[in-house]
Amino acid sequence: MYEKHILICAGTGCISSGALDVEEALIEELKKHNLQDKVRIIMSGCHGFCEKGPLFIVYPEDIFYCEVTAEDMPELVEEYLVKGNIVERLLYKDPTTDKRVISHEEIPFYSKQMRLVLRNCGVIDPENIDEYIIRGGYSGMKKALEMEPIEVVNAVKSSGLRGRGGAGFPTGMKWEFAYRSQNDKKYMVCNADEGDPGAFMDRSVLEGDPHAVLEGLVIGGRAIGSDEAYIYVRAEYPLAIKRLRTAIAQAEEYGLLGKNIFNSGIDFKINIKEGAGAFVCGEETALLASIEGERGLPRPRPPFPAVKGLWGKPTCINNVETLANVPLILRKGADWYSSIGTEGSKGTKIFALTGKINNTGLCEVPMGISLREIVYDIGGGIRNGKKYKAVQIGGPSGGCIPEELLDLPIDFDSLTAKGAMMGSGGMVVMDEETCMVDLARYFLSFTQNESCGKCTPCREGTKRMLEILLRITQGKGEPEDIPRLEKLAVSVKDSSLCGLGQTAPNPVLTTLRYFRDEYEAHIFDRRCPAGQCKDLLTYYIDAELCIGCRACIKACPAEAITGEKKEPHVIDEAKCISCGACFDKCKKDAVKTK
Amino acid sequence: MQEVKLVIDNLEITVQEGTTVLEAALQNGIYIPHLCHHPDLKPAGICRLCMVDADGQMLVSCRAAAAEGMVVKTGTPAVEKVRRLAVELLIAEHDAECLTCGKNFNCKLQEVTRFVQIDRERLQELKASERKPVDNSHPFITRDYNKCVLCGICVRTCDEIQGAGAIDFALRGYATKISTFGDNPLRESACESCGECVERCPVGALLPVGFQQPSREVETVCPFCGTGCGLFLGVRGDKLVSARGNPRHTTNKGRLCVKGRFGWSFVNSPERLQAPLIKKDGRFVEAGWDEALDLVAGKLSQYRGEEAGVFASAKTSNEEIYMASKFARVVLGTNNIANVAHLCHANTVRGLLPVTGSAGMTVPAWQIRESACFFVAGCNPTEAHPVIGLEIRKAVREGARLIIANPKEISLCRLPHLRLPLRPGTDAALIMGMAKVILDEGLLDEKFIAERTINFEAFKKSLEIFSLNEAEEVTGVSKDLIREAARVYASSKPALIFWAMGITQHSHGHNNVWALAHLAMMTGNYGKPGAGVAPLRGHNNVQGATDMGATPAWYPGYQLCPGYELYPRFNKFSSSQEKFEKAWGYKLPDSPGLSTVKQFNVKAKGWGGAAMRDLQQKIKAWYIIGADLVNGVAESGHVRRSLEEAEFVVVQDIFLTETAKMADVVLPAACFAEKDGTFTSTDRRVQRIHKVLEPPGKAKADWWITSEIARRMEYSGFDFQNPGQIMDEIASLVPIYGGISYERLKEEELRWPCIDKNHPGTPVLHVDQFIKIEKAEFWPLEYIPSPELPDEDFPLIMTTGRTLPHFHYNMTRKVEGLNKLCPEDFVEINEIDAADLHIQSGDNIKVISRRGSVVSKAMVSNRIIPGVVFKTIHFIESPTNMLTSSEFIDPMGTTPNTKVCPVRIEKVAIRKLEGLGEK
Repeated sequence: MYEKHILICAGTGCISSGALDVEEALIEELKKHNLQDKVRIIMSGCHGFCEKGPLFIVYPEDIFYCEVTAEDMPELVEEYLVKGNIVERLLYKDPTTDKRVISHEEIPFYSKQMRLVLRNCGVIDPENIDEYIIRGGYSGMKKALEMEPIEVVNAVKSSGLRGRGGAGFPTGMKWEFAYRSQNDKKYMVCNADEGDPGAFMDRSVLEGDPHAVLEGLVIGGRAIGSDEAYIYVRAEYPLAIKRLRTAIAQAEEYGLLGKNIFNSGIDFKINIKEGAGAFVCGEETALLASIEGERGLPRPRPPFPAVKGLWGKPTCINNVETLANVPLILRKGADWYSSIGTEGSKGTKIFALTGKINNTGLCEVPMGISLREIVYDIGGGIRNGKKYKAVQIGGPSGGCIPEELLDLPIDFDSLTAKGAMMGSGGMVVMDEETCMVDLARYFLSFTQNESCGKCTPCREGTKRMLEILLRITQGKGEPEDIPRLEKLAVSVKDSSLCGLGQTAPNPVLTTLRYFRDEYEAHIFDRRCPAGQCKDLLTYYIDAELCIGCRACIKACPAEAITGEKKEPHVIDEAKCISCGACFDKCKKDAVKTK
Repeated sequence: MQEVKLVIDNLEITVQEGTTVLEAALQNGIYIPHLCHHPDLKPAGICRLCMVDADGQMLVSCRAAAAEGMVVKTGTPAVEKVRRLAVELLIAEHDAECLTCGKNFNCKLQEVTRFVQIDRERLQELKASERKPVDNSHPFITRDYNKCVLCGICVRTCDEIQGAGAIDFALRGYATKISTFGDNPLRESACESCGECVERCPVGALLPVGFQQPSREVETVCPFCGTGCGLFLGVRGDKLVSARGNPRHTTNKGRLCVKGRFGWSFVNSPERLQAPLIKKDGRFVEAGWDEALDLVAGKLSQYRGEEAGVFASAKTSNEEIYMASKFARVVLGTNNIANVAHLCHANTVRGLLPVTGSAGMTVPAWQIRESACFFVAGCNPTEAHPVIGLEIRKAVREGARLIIANPKEISLCRLPHLRLPLRPGTDAALIMGMAKVILDEGLLDEKFIAERTINFEAFKKSLEIFSLNEAEEVTGVSKDLIREAARVYASSKPALIFWAMGITQHSHGHNNVWALAHLAMMTGNYGKPGAGVAPLRGHNNVQGATDMGATPAWYPGYQLCPGYELYPRFNKFSSSQEKFEKAWGYKLPDSPGLSTVKQFNVKAKGWGGAAMRDLQQKIKAWYIIGADLVNGVAESGHVRRSLEEAEFVVVQDIFLTETAKMADVVLPAACFAEKDGTFTSTDRRVQRIHKVLEPPGKAKADWWITSEIARRMEYSGFDFQNPGQIMDEIASLVPIYGGISYERLKEEELRWPCIDKNHPGTPVLHVDQFIKIEKAEFWPLEYIPSPELPDEDFPLIMTTGRTLPHFHYNMTRKVEGLNKLCPEDFVEINEIDAADLHIQSGDNIKVISRRGSVVSKAMVSNRIIPGVVFKTIHFIESPTNMLTSSEFIDPMGTTPNTKVCPVRIEKVAIRKLEGLGEK
């Protein structure tokens, strides 16, 4: 009988911050104190608070240690496990109050969240099916197998669940299309090709609660009449793949997958297909092409996959997060589910918070929560007390939400109305030092690189847009560039073949919409208001701070700096080539930009 | 098929269901800009230019099916905007140096741009500056990336039309390009050089190297293999400058192989013979026609009967072969008339006459795609009959089964298939094994056997003493594979059997042919569309050479000569000697003649009974038309010696071949593009060839030369003004050509038998009854091992064949580009054997047989089974027939045993072969 359970986060984030070393050291220490039979170590899925990893929670007391290292283990075991004294210095420190917090529930990062999809992540051992089952796992599937397929479709339909992959298409409707397609063979496909930079909610679910996805697939299979599924997962997610394989093997062993599940006469087989790193393969038709062994190129729709999908058979493609919602809907009922969220967007959404924010990590919030709550309450506000400028939502194809829209309730429709999109849930927070033109350039260069190259508007159009943006950030913009960019962006959006091209101009269009003044400043004033675009910076030396050490004079390749020793130096703007060498060299921060 | 009505730009249009909106518009004269659409290919929806407004929604019209009641607008402001952007973006990337581009005025991008109207200023803004390198690696195809619009038509053509899959899109986004595997130069890729992509490229990205616009085009037929593809030759001034497939031709449907599309330049070769040559003091001296013809006439009149030999050319027209056949019998009074068929399909032709009454391919080539199963034995269609190979590929990709019996892994093996990697020469054993399985497992078509065949019991009995174990032991193919092949073949109908030299070039070749025919007979695969046998004929008109009686056994039209009672049931067909004596007006020879091998090697064993074996060489004068026998005949040393010892040799050809060099008089002939006439393709289709340009210098058509010699020897019946008159004489004497005339061939697709002028020709043979013999006859089968087998001194079996870029020894070797694609001879050898001999790819090797030795290069691969090596036939620098044997020939077809030649291979250390690659 174990007296304590220790959950060490073994998500990819915490592993890279050293969670496996922590585990090894802990085992060693437990042995030393002969505690190995009293303390159980569980390497769990992601807890979400990656900023503070590796995370280390002790039950039953619910003590939340963060940023623990292998070196902390002797002390932690000795002090806490042996003597019972909480190790204060490893507790989370609230940055606003500077107080140490013991339980994770008291941390604002967690207290504002509603963890439904992530309910098991960080709580159970993802490599142990029993832990999933004890927490209600596979009961939704059992229910679904006892229902008529159309009843399952209707349950998901009335829950109001919408696809979490980006477009927010009603899941029930998608299932109904596939259900109504007549064919002897149909496929379920789980899209786990999470490609947006910075987004890792799907990975966390797969790593932390793989059975939820499997259960969702079987329920979907029951609904549409399919007996086989593919999980298309990025090869860059080796841990997720390993845990999925383990989960599939365990479920098969328990008869929860394979032939004649629960004696229902229903078979279901799940295959894993590893992607090869093309962003466009997250697009459903390209994904299908890739599974078929073809080059991952989107195919025009119609026909939609629900009619003619994988190998020409009706196919229903759902995202990981969507599927992980499904078992809950079946278990707790559509009414319960639809009571969460807003009119048009039900349930919760997971966001990957990154950028200039205090608490980066994964958070799951009810639909309709305001952006302000996410940024300031969960995210803990902007880093270093800087001013908020915008949030870029929805990955590289998303849009930027400015300060005046901070109280916007986050749901599918309101985001689309503002030119952004839910996307897969990437959320990049930017402060006053972010140049919005440069940001648009950055995201566009990503989509431009990842464009599959099949259709002309996306392949050529994004390249031309990028060229214009580059020119603007280099101070070579022309007044006509703004209307030019707008025209190109709208045309690319309207005429591209797939979602990638249709949404690639979003960062450009939204920044043009909300931060047009920054574009104008670059073009007309040859100035970058955020001070980021190197070519547009004017360097000057603050005479008060300069000690006259001549370091900058030596560093300047253009001989633009003059001044006597121990006298304040001066930069000749006419000679300066804005290379920033002086800025980097100055030890007194006397070189400034404007 | 249902019709749907829709409205496009206020025009009510009715189209067949399934038509796309784009096709519906184009069919009705409404232009919608498009780049990636091609009528031969599946729609791709890449270029986004064909967007239309359909019921208020933007739709890609090349992918959307026309639907009842649909209202389409092709020119709304929204549509125009999207379209213009796409075109602008493409033009910005495009090297728009139109005036210097080979596609100027024939460019889809120009067409689109003219329609969309491009803003000059916007273009300047979008203009890209980077120039991309041009792929000039291929001798026939240039790929200029600066002009590529990435429509993917070349990629889809390579996949859907050619089935080669040599190119695809590579990289992503703006870097996207069309690339070969590993981005290697095109020449080093899986490209089959067919040029189909060049033909379809909508812009100037793919162009034929050195492209010249012809000033006129003439429809004719390809001069290489027997497929009989229709082509248009382009002329500019007095030179041939282009070739393209005839899209209306039912066999090739516009497609051509590398030889057909790019191999025409031999016609323009400066090496063409331009004047008659007379050998004086061992050197050739140019002469006028009168001098040369008088000399030939005078000399030939000194030899008659068994002292004379005539060789007709399978490259010439039916009319010309008929003339040669008539010339031999009338003017020289001999049945010593031969042609290259005796080296190839004579075993098929003579072999099948007593079995099914005719050796013609049973169905037209366009029916190949209707077959459910192909048994491809001893042939390599994608290299030797490439367009037929394409038809097989297409059918297999659409679900037909494919069984391949070949010691070599031919390129068809890239398709789903069942391969029987048998030892060379053991075909009969393999097929008997399959027949036994069909028999034992009751997979027979008993109704067909009962109603349409005879003598089945004798055949059945001959199989009783043969076991599958024996088949496995002899062939090296496992019993399981043989069983599976038999089941697949017998259960997938209609099934078609292809074969070529791998089956026939054996001294027991007719046994192989019988076995294959019996397989088709026992499963009822005769007389139905897509079913039967397809012996693939190697030359453009070798079918015609057999039809026209360029063989000792029969006069034109398979009408037997005296002394050919080899086929018991043919007894009821008396000799046609009398008929032809009457028609031709001269007494015709009574004694049998000698076919190809026997003309040069009278000691060859196999044919003609004991008496024939002790013949002395009696031929003293030869009239050889269009055949390089010194390279072509097995154990070619005999040919050289015979020609050296002959008293008079006249050779008529288009080049000074190795054979011509040995002649006393050489007569310059016109090639296929320089005369009128007909060729008969492998599927029995009689097709017109047309004169495209004048022959070089004094060269003349073969029919003219032959008749001129006859006239000068004062024989009548050779006074023809044009080949059409010769065809009329053929039609009057040859029943199966009875209805053929130039007039009908203008419009009609006629396959023999075509009995009279109202007869529609015969697409499918043996429909109600078997030709000539009414019921097919089974013959007892027996496996006869090859006469020469490997031993300690000669441990490997050499087998031979063609490569894709080359034909034989002369025509394609005069084409610079084809020589670049395949510059020298090679010997393919299995890794295991190569390792034993310490040989690596590229090593110079000596191939030694009991008859001689030649030097070549090794190509180590696992495409060939251990114990067997494959050598090409094309290179006179490494003459393969110096090694082969003509000691044994087939008793029925007289074909020598070329495909099983025991050899030894030694590595040689020489730096460079003298003369290799030159010429």
